[in-house]
Amino acid sequence: MILDYPTLKLIWWLLVGVLLVGFAIMDGHDMGVGTLLPFVGQNDEERRVVINTVGPHWDGNQVWFITGGGAIFAAWPIVYATAFSGFYWAMLAVLWALFFRPVGFDYRSKIHNAAWRSTWDWGLFIGGAVPPLIFGVAFGNLLQGVPFHFDDTLVSHYTGSFWGLLNPFALLAGVVSTAMITFHGAIYLAHRTEGGIQRRSITAALVFGVLMLVGFTAAGLWIANGSFGYAITSAVDTAALPNPLAKTVELQPGAWLANYAKAPLTMLVPALGYAGGIAALLLVWKGRTLAAFVASSFAIVGVIGTAGVSMFPFVMPSSTVPGASLTVWDAVSSQRTLGIMFWATLIFMPIIVAYTSWAYSVMAGKVTAAYIRENEHSAY
Amino acid sequence: MVSEQLVDLSRLQFAATAMYHFLFVPLTLGMVWMLVIMESVYVMTGKTIYKDMTRFWGKLFGINFALGVTTGITLEFQFGTNWAYYSHYVGDIFGAPLAIEGLMAFFLESTFIGLFFFGWDRLSRQQHLLVTILMAVGTNLSALWILIANGWMQNPVGSEFSFETMRMELTDFWAVVFNPVAQGKFVHTVSAGYVTGAMFVLSISAWYLLRGRDVEFAKRSFRIAAAFGFASICSVIVLGDESGYALGEAQQTKLAAMEAMWETEPAPASFNVIAVPNEAEMKNDFAIHIPWVMGLIGTRSLDKELPGLNQIYALNRERVTVGVEAVKLLEALRKNPQDAALREAFDKVKSDLGFGLLLKKYVASMDDVTPALIDRAARDTLPKVAPLFWTFRIMVALGFAMLALFGLALWYSIKGDFAQRPWLLKWALWFLPMPWLACEMGWFVAEYGRQPWTIYGVLPTHLSVSTLTVESLYGSLAGFVGFYTLLLIVEMVLMIKFARQGPGSLGTGRYMNETQHAHA
Repeated sequence: MILDYPTLKLIWWLLVGVLLVGFAIMDGHDMGVGTLLPFVGQNDEERRVVINTVGPHWDGNQVWFITGGGAIFAAWPIVYATAFSGFYWAMLAVLWALFFRPVGFDYRSKIHNAAWRSTWDWGLFIGGAVPPLIFGVAFGNLLQGVPFHFDDTLVSHYTGSFWGLLNPFALLAGVVSTAMITFHGAIYLAHRTEGGIQRRSITAALVFGVLMLVGFTAAGLWIANGSFGYAITSAVDTAALPNPLAKTVELQPGAWLANYAKAPLTMLVPALGYAGGIAALLLVWKGRTLAAFVASSFAIVGVIGTAGVSMFPFVMPSSTVPGASLTVWDAVSSQRTLGIMFWATLIFMPIIVAYTSWAYSVMAGKVTAAYIRENEHSAY
Repeated sequence: MVSEQLVDLSRLQFAATAMYHFLFVPLTLGMVWMLVIMESVYVMTGKTIYKDMTRFWGKLFGINFALGVTTGITLEFQFGTNWAYYSHYVGDIFGAPLAIEGLMAFFLESTFIGLFFFGWDRLSRQQHLLVTILMAVGTNLSALWILIANGWMQNPVGSEFSFETMRMELTDFWAVVFNPVAQGKFVHTVSAGYVTGAMFVLSISAWYLLRGRDVEFAKRSFRIAAAFGFASICSVIVLGDESGYALGEAQQTKLAAMEAMWETEPAPASFNVIAVPNEAEMKNDFAIHIPWVMGLIGTRSLDKELPGLNQIYALNRERVTVGVEAVKLLEALRKNPQDAALREAFDKVKSDLGFGLLLKKYVASMDDVTPALIDRAARDTLPKVAPLFWTFRIMVALGFAMLALFGLALWYSIKGDFAQRPWLLKWALWFLPMPWLACEMGWFVAEYGRQPWTIYGVLPTHLSVSTLTVESLYGSLAGFVGFYTLLLIVEMVLMIKFARQGPGSLGTGRYMNETQHAHA
C-alpha cells in the first residue's frame, strides 16, 4: 500500500507522539522510581528492594528514548538537527544525567561500602529526576517559541542561551513533567513493593499526582491568557516538498487554543489528562495499584497529547523569525523514507510490546527484603 | 564560514567519544556468543559448571555492558548536538538505519539482558537459553544497522541530492542495506568483536591456570575461548581482505593512502610492507615492496590497475572544477526553482557538487575561487598518508599475531596439555589488550581515511558541524573527558575485582575465595 505524502506526514506526527508517550510511560516509571529512591528507601536493604523493582526492565525501557531520538532523526531530520544543537547544554545535561543510570544500577550493589552505595543512589536520583525536568522545560520553551533561524542553505542558527531556557513558564512545564513522571513511578513502586516502602510510595503518589494536576491547570490558564501562540498565515500545501522557509507565520497570543475551537473533539485529550490523573489518585489511595498504573499511563497520554494538539501543526516555532518555524508539513523526510519507517514501526512495535509484556510477566510479583537476601550475589 | 577550530574540536569530541564507546562494544559482541555456547553446553549436558561459567562470565559481561549502554547514547545524541548540518543534509537516509536499529535490535537486546541476569530462577533451562540467544541476536543486529549507517557514510549508494529540499534523499533503501561496503564492514567488525570476547576469556582463564586456581572452570573456559577465537580470527582476516577489495571498488583514495601508493603502478600493483611517506613531495622516501600482492587484494585480478594518490589528485582537481559550477548552478536554482534549463544544467554536474562544497572552507562565494584554491581543495581530498599507513599495519600485524596465538591455543586444547605450557598461558595473558588496540586502529583507518568528508564525496566535514561556539565545545569536551575518565576507572576497578575473585563471586560455595569475599 502506498500512502500519500500528507497522510504520511500526519502519521509521523502521531508516531513521534506514540514514541514520546511510550518513553514517558515506560522509561518514565523507572525514572520516577530513581527520583524516589533516596526518599522511600530508608536503609540499604529497602533501597535494594526499590532498585530491583525496575532492575530487569530499565534497560529495555530506556530504548524507548533511544528509538524516539532515532525516529525523530529519520522522520524530522531538521527538527532533530535544530533542536539538539540549539538546546546544546540542555541536551548534554540530559545525557550526562542518563550516564548515572546504567552504571548506577549495575555497579551500586557490587561493592559493600555505604559511601559507594549512597553515591550511586544519588546518581540514580539525578538520572531519574533531571531528564523529565529538562524535557518539561524544553516543551515549555517550544510552546513559547525558540530563537532560531536558517540561512539559504538551511544551516540553522540558534541565538538564545541556556539560561534563557529557564524562564517561568518553562519551569512550570518542567514541574508538571517531573511531577507526572514521579507520580507514575510512585504508583509503579506501590504496586511492586509492600510494607513501609509501599506506604511511603502511596503518599508520594498522592502528593505528586495533585502537583501534576495543579501544574497542568496553571499551564493551561497561562496559555489561555498568556502572550504566546503561533499561526500560519499563508496557504498550506500539505503535499509540497518540505521547505521550512516557504510560509509566513505570526505570533498570535491564544493561538494554541485554536485547534480546540476548530475541532471540539480534541478537547478529549486534555480531558483524558484530568480523568487519568484523578482516577489514578483515587485508585492508588484505595490501594488498587495496577489499575492506578493504567490510569496514570492514560494521564501521561493526555498531558503530552495536550501539548501536541495545542501546537499542531507546529513542532518547533521560531520566536525570532516565525516564518522559519518547523511544522509537521515542512520539517519532514522524503515520502519514501517516511513510508519505509512507517512499515518498519508497524511491524516491530507489536513485537516489542509482546516481548516486553512477557518480560514483565516473568518478573511479576512483589520485590521483598527476603528476595534481596536470597539473591545477595545476583540482585542489583 | 565556520571556524576551523570549531570543526577540529567537534571532530576531536566525536572521535574521542566514538573510540571510547568502542572499548566496550567489541567485548559485548563477542562475549554474548561465548555465553550462548556455554549455556548451550549446560542445557545439553546438565553439568552445573557450565551454568556457573555462563553466570560468572556473564557478570563480567554485565559490568562491560553498562558502559557500552552509557556511552552509546552519546553517539546518537551527538549527530544532532554537534553535527546539525550533517543531520539535516543526510538524515533522510542516515536516520532510518539508526531508528530501525532501535526497533529491531536494541529493544531485543536490552529487554532480554534483564531476563538473562534476573530470570535464572523464573525460567526453564530452555527458556533461559532462548533469552540468551535473543540477547545475542539483538546485539549483533544492532551492529548490523549501525554499520549499514556507517557504510553509507563511506559509500553513499541509493540516494541523490534534491535541490528543492537542499539535502540528500533516499532513492533505493535496499541499495543502502545491501551496500557491499556495509556488509563487508559488518562481518569484519563483529568478527573482531568475537576475537575480543574470546581473548578476554582466554586471558583471564590463562591467569587462573598460571595460579593453579579454579582449574576445572578455567580449563573449560580456555578451550571454548580457543576454539571460538580461532574461528573468529580467521573470519576477521578473510573478511578484512574482503573489505580491502570493497575499498578498491568504492574508496580508492583511502586504499591508496593506507598503502602509501603515490603513483599508479602497472597491474598487478605491489604491496608496500614498510614505507616512509613524504607528504610534501607526494612520494615515499623509502619502501619495501612485495610484487603483485596489492593488485590481488584490491582488484582480485592481475590486469586491473589501482590508481595512485597523484592520479587521484589530478582526477579530483577536475571534479572540484566541475563542482564549482555545480555550486553556482545550485545557488541560481534555489532562487529560480522553476527554471528548467538551470535544472538540466545542474543535473549534469550535480554528482560533483560535494567537490565544489570543499571550497566553502576557503571562500563564501564561488566567484572568489582561484586556481590555487582549486589545487588546495583537491589536495584536501587526500588524507594524510603516514597515520593511515602505520595504523593499518599495526592492526594487521596484531591480527596475525592473534591468529598464531589462537591457532596454538586450539592445537594444544585438542592435544589436551595446554595447561602444562606456561609460555602459552603467559602469551594469552599478555595479549589481553591486543584486540582492543587492533579494533581502535581499525576504526581509525576507517574514519580518518574518510576525511575530508563526513559522507564520502558528498558532504565535507567542515560543513557538517553545528553552529556552536568554540567555548561550548571546550566545555563539553572537558565534561566528556572528565566523566569518561571517572567511569573508566570505576569500571576497571570492578572488572579487576571480580576477575580476581573469580567464579567464587557467585557465592555458590564451589570455588576459591568464597569465605574471604562473602559479599559481592
